[in-house]
Amino acid sequence: MACINADGKPTESGIKMLRALQSGLRLPEEIAREAGLPLFRVRSGLRELTQAGLANQKGEKYELSPKGVELLGAGST
Amino acid sequence: MEELKEVGHMPRIGEPALAFEAVTTHGVLKLEDFKGSWLILFSHPADFTPVCTTEFIAFAEIYPELQKRGVELLGLSVDSVSSHIAWVRNVEEKTKARIPFPIIADLNKEVSLAYGMIHPGQSKTETVRCVFIIDPNQIIRTILYYPLTTGRNMDEILRIIDALQTTDKHAVATPANWRSGDPVVVPPPNTQEMAEERLKQGYECIDWYLCKKKL
Repeated sequence: MACINADGKPTESGIKMLRALQSGLRLPEEIAREAGLPLFRVRSGLRELTQAGLANQKGEKYELSPKGVELLGAGST
Repeated sequence: MEELKEVGHMPRIGEPALAFEAVTTHGVLKLEDFKGSWLILFSHPADFTPVCTTEFIAFAEIYPELQKRGVELLGLSVDSVSSHIAWVRNVEEKTKARIPFPIIADLNKEVSLAYGMIHPGQSKTETVRCVFIIDPNQIIRTILYYPLTTGRNMDEILRIIDALQTTDKHAVATPANWRSGDPVVVPPPNTQEMAEERLKQGYECIDWYLCKKKL
């Protein structure tokens, strides 16, 4: 997977996407702009982050899951 | 029947591009991930081969120009992801080129057969050099096939992108050997009245059915 390593932790691009979700619900286009990643990578990455339980989809937008919040919090300490 | 199965479906200009989900060097990608962007889906016969290597360097060279035009690149061959990664790393190390686009590892030939990329007269196991230009609505707009021995012309690929985008923006056609900035062809009139009016509209006309204008 491109956004999740074999050990289940997000890659650098996965972390960028999760950080872009820290400010709330975001469209893939907004995440791509904030994370500086191509839109196709973001759409594919969001599928992986959602499957890994780190993000949730709400309609066309995405947000951090509690597990995603916890992961970013742990990473910042 | 076996031969037909090996050749696969032959896509056509103007048809929706066939959906796929494929393992690539940038993770699992679906065709729909590219919706809203122009996409050049291209196949090459095999990794670590000379003509393909020159093409990858050339695609990398035009990548900034493609990005300016809102175009993404997606390569494909029937090699594995590990082979693609090793080849890309080798090309980057030996030539200083950077390969920024994903490459499909089509080991089971699912995408190759769906897009008619295998031409048994050339090779039963490798894809020929195909180029599919797919628009933001995921309609196939151009198909190019090159034989195994002939590397693609990047200027022509950029020229076609410019022509298609000009056509979409201005509802015009482009003449032979057109380059960006050249006069474009005004669509031919549909009625006799329109044909007569056409000659008074200040276009550069050979006759009523062939008029050009500057954009």
